[in-house]
Amino acid sequence: MSTQDNRDKNQVETTGHVWDGDLQEYNNPLPRWWLWGFYATVVFALVYWLIYPAWPIGDSFTKGFATITYEVNGEERTTHWNTRALLARDMQTGEYAVRQREMLEQVASQDYETILADADSMSFVNAYAQGSFGTWCAACHQVGGAGVIGQYPNLRNDHWKWGGTVEQIEHTIREGRLGYMPGYRDTLTGDQMNEVAAYVLSLNDYDVDSDLADAGERIFTGMEGGCFQCHGEDGQGLASQGAPNLTNNIWGLIDVQGADSDSERLRLVANFVRDGIQREMPAFADRLSDDEIKMLTAYVHSLGGGQ
Amino acid sequence: MKHESVETNAGLLIILTLAVISVGGLVEIVPLFYIDDTIEEVDGVRPYTPLEQRGRDIFVREGCYTCHSQMVRPFRDEMLRYGHYSLAAESKYDHPFQWGSKRTGPDLARVGGKYSNEWQVQHLIDPQSLVPESIMPGYPWLATTPLDYSDVAARMRALKRVGVPYSITEEEYEANVEKFGEQHARMFDINNAEEMLIEQAQAENFDGDSSFISEMDAMVAYLQVLGTMVDFSEYDDGHFAEFR
Repeated sequence: MSTQDNRDKNQVETTGHVWDGDLQEYNNPLPRWWLWGFYATVVFALVYWLIYPAWPIGDSFTKGFATITYEVNGEERTTHWNTRALLARDMQTGEYAVRQREMLEQVASQDYETILADADSMSFVNAYAQGSFGTWCAACHQVGGAGVIGQYPNLRNDHWKWGGTVEQIEHTIREGRLGYMPGYRDTLTGDQMNEVAAYVLSLNDYDVDSDLADAGERIFTGMEGGCFQCHGEDGQGLASQGAPNLTNNIWGLIDVQGADSDSERLRLVANFVRDGIQREMPAFADRLSDDEIKMLTAYVHSLGGGQ
Repeated sequence: MKHESVETNAGLLIILTLAVISVGGLVEIVPLFYIDDTIEEVDGVRPYTPLEQRGRDIFVREGCYTCHSQMVRPFRDEMLRYGHYSLAAESKYDHPFQWGSKRTGPDLARVGGKYSNEWQVQHLIDPQSLVPESIMPGYPWLATTPLDYSDVAARMRALKRVGVPYSITEEEYEANVEKFGEQHARMFDINNAEEMLIEQAQAENFDGDSSFISEMDAMVAYLQVLGTMVDFSEYDDGHFAEFR
C-alpha cells in the first residue's frame, strides 16, 4: 500500500492542506459515472419543475404543464396535475374502478332472488361485501359473523331476532334496531324469576324441576309476567319485537351452553330476567350506499341462516 | 471563506452544516404559511369542546398516535376503506396535529360515529373481547380514573394563544356565535370551560356510567367527533382538487 501511495504522490493533485507536517489529502476528480449521474438529476429536476406543481410564488405556486381531466356532475373539468384530481380520475376511469362499477351496476339491476341465484353476482358480492362487513360490521359481529355471546348476535346460524328474510335483513342494516327487554326486578319476586327461568330452560329440554317449570309457565303465559306478549304463547319469538325464539336452544345473550351445572344455568337465566337488556344496532342508511346495503344484505343472508 | 478554515474549525462546521440542512425544510414548509390554498375553504370545522379537548390530551398521553394515524390519503383503496381523504382544514385547530406516520392499527381520521359509544368503551377496556385478532393493548383505567378537568381553562387559553378561537371577551364570544352557532360557541367560552365540560359529559354520558366523569367520557367524546365535522355530500369531486 505504501509503495502505491509513493508512486501516485507526484501524479495526483492534493488539496494543499497539510496536517502534522506531512498528512495530505488527494484531490481526485469525481468518478465520471457519478458526475453524469449528478447532471442527470439536475436535468430531471428542471423537467419535473416544468411538468408538476413545484415553486411557490407569492401566495400561489407554479402549476406545471401537466393536466388531469375528470368529470364533475357530467361535465369535464381539467385542472393542473395534483394527487386529488388524480384520485378523482382514478375513482371514475381507473381500470379496477370501471370493472367494479360494471359489477355494481349488474348487482344493482338485479333483485335479491336473482343475485342469490347468480354465481357471477354472488362471487362479486362476497368479495365486495366481505370488505364492507370487515369495515362496518365485524367490529361487533366479528370477522366471520359469529358474534359475541352476551353482546352481539351470531349471523351464521338460522336464529334471527328480527327476521332472516332479505327484506328484514335489509331493514335491520338500513334503519338499525333497538332491542329491549325490561328487567323484572320490581315486578317478580326472586322465586318467580327462578320459576320463569326453569320454564324457559324446560322449553329447551334441560332438566329442571317440573313444579318450578309449571309455575313458570303460568307466569310466562299469564299477565303477571306477560312474557308471551313478545316471545309468543309457545315461546317461538316475534320478529317484529326483536324477541328471540326461546325454544331452539340457541342462546345469544346468555351463555347457557357454557354453564356447567343445572343450577348455574338457572341462575344465569333468572339473572337475565331480573336485569333485562337493551341492545342497539346502529342505522347504516346514511353511511352506506344503496348498493353497499344491498350487497351486505345478500352477504349476511348467505352466511348461513338466510330465510 | 477558505475550505481549510471550515474544516479546521468544528464550531463553524456545525453552524454551516445546520444552515445547509435546514434549507431543505425551509423551502418545503415556509411557503405553506402564505400560499392561499394550503387550508381548504370548507364549512363545519370547529374547535374541540372542552371535553373533546381533554379526550385529545389523553389520546396524546397514552401514545395512541404511535400506532394510529389520523390521515386518510387520497388513494382509491383508502377512500373505499376509510372514507373521504383528510383535508388540511380538518386539522387546523389541532395543536399538535395527530396525522402520524405509523399504522400498526387502522387510521382513525374518520372513526367518529363509526361505532357506538358502548363499543368504544368495551373496546378500549378490552380490545380482544371484540376483535380477537387485535394486538391493541387495553386501557381499562380510563373507565375508572376520574377526569381531571381543573386545568381545562388554562389548556384552552394556551390553545387560544396559538390560534384556536376559544373566547374570553364578549366580542370573541359573539364572533364564535356568528361563526359556529350558539350551541357550539357556548362550549368554546373559556370562562365557563369547566361548566361546559361537565354539561356535555352529563348530557351525553359517553361511557355509560353517569356517576362520575371519567377519562373514558373524554376519550370517547373525542373519538366520536373525529372526521365528522365536514359534510362531504355538500362538495363535488373536484372541489378539493382546486386547492392543490
